[in-house]
Amino acid sequence: MLLMYLKVFLVGGLICTIGQLLIIKTNITSSRILVLFVVIGAILEGLNLYQPIVDFAGAGATVPIVGFGRSLAKGVIEAIRDQGVLGILTGGLTATAGGIAAAVISAYIMALIFSSRTKKY
Amino acid sequence: MDQDKLNEKYNQYVQAKIPKTKNFPSLFNSFWVGGLICCIGQGLQDGLMALFPTMSLEVAGTWMLIILIVLASFLTGIGIFDRIGVFAGGGTIVPITGFSNSITSPALEFKKEGIIFGLCVKMFTVAGPVIVNGIAVSIIIGIIYLLI
Repeated sequence: MLLMYLKVFLVGGLICTIGQLLIIKTNITSSRILVLFVVIGAILEGLNLYQPIVDFAGAGATVPIVGFGRSLAKGVIEAIRDQGVLGILTGGLTATAGGIAAAVISAYIMALIFSSRTKKY
Repeated sequence: MDQDKLNEKYNQYVQAKIPKTKNFPSLFNSFWVGGLICCIGQGLQDGLMALFPTMSLEVAGTWMLIILIVLASFLTGIGIFDRIGVFAGGGTIVPITGFSNSITSPALEFKKEGIIFGLCVKMFTVAGPVIVNGIAVSIIIGIIYLLI
């Protein structure tokens, strides 16, 4: 149990550190990091390399945005098995619909309730 | 002054103004904050599965992500997330919380330009490219998978 959380912590932390390292060393913006990580996640899942990481580290692999790319690719592959060619188009968004819809509706509600404040760093 | 010199001067000025991130502390902070967020996720997932024994790992995992997304969105709304973000860098950007923040943050920012053309349009300034590229790659993978 505790060992599992240690693995989650180490793998999750490591993925985030890679992101931070890219931000420091290459000056690419954080939004490009997100795009890059999603694409990497999808490719790794396509090569069947991401499932072992998920089995090993659980949420340490699914919480980082790489897991979002993985869900897209996983959804497509599973939908192809069920629906054939149509699955290429329906699978990705079906698998990630929960997350995207939650992010959109909560952003909508929060933006209607709150206003942005001047940033003081 | 000729153009090249002017450009060089401008670039120097820009370099001087770019906020410097201290290397080691920011890497360390992003490591432990990122790890902690993932552990919270694992805790939520385990908790959900203990609470609802019939729930599958996949469903619990999706609920866990939804909870993290809504939480991050709320923390962005009340202005706390940005402060954690400055401290932890990649530690909050790379987890799904960063995706949520990237939607809520411009939505808040551009609310003053109107609900439709401000809030709703700008909501996808960062998430748009992420979703578009993600879908594109997943479709390519699907085509390759079908051919193999």
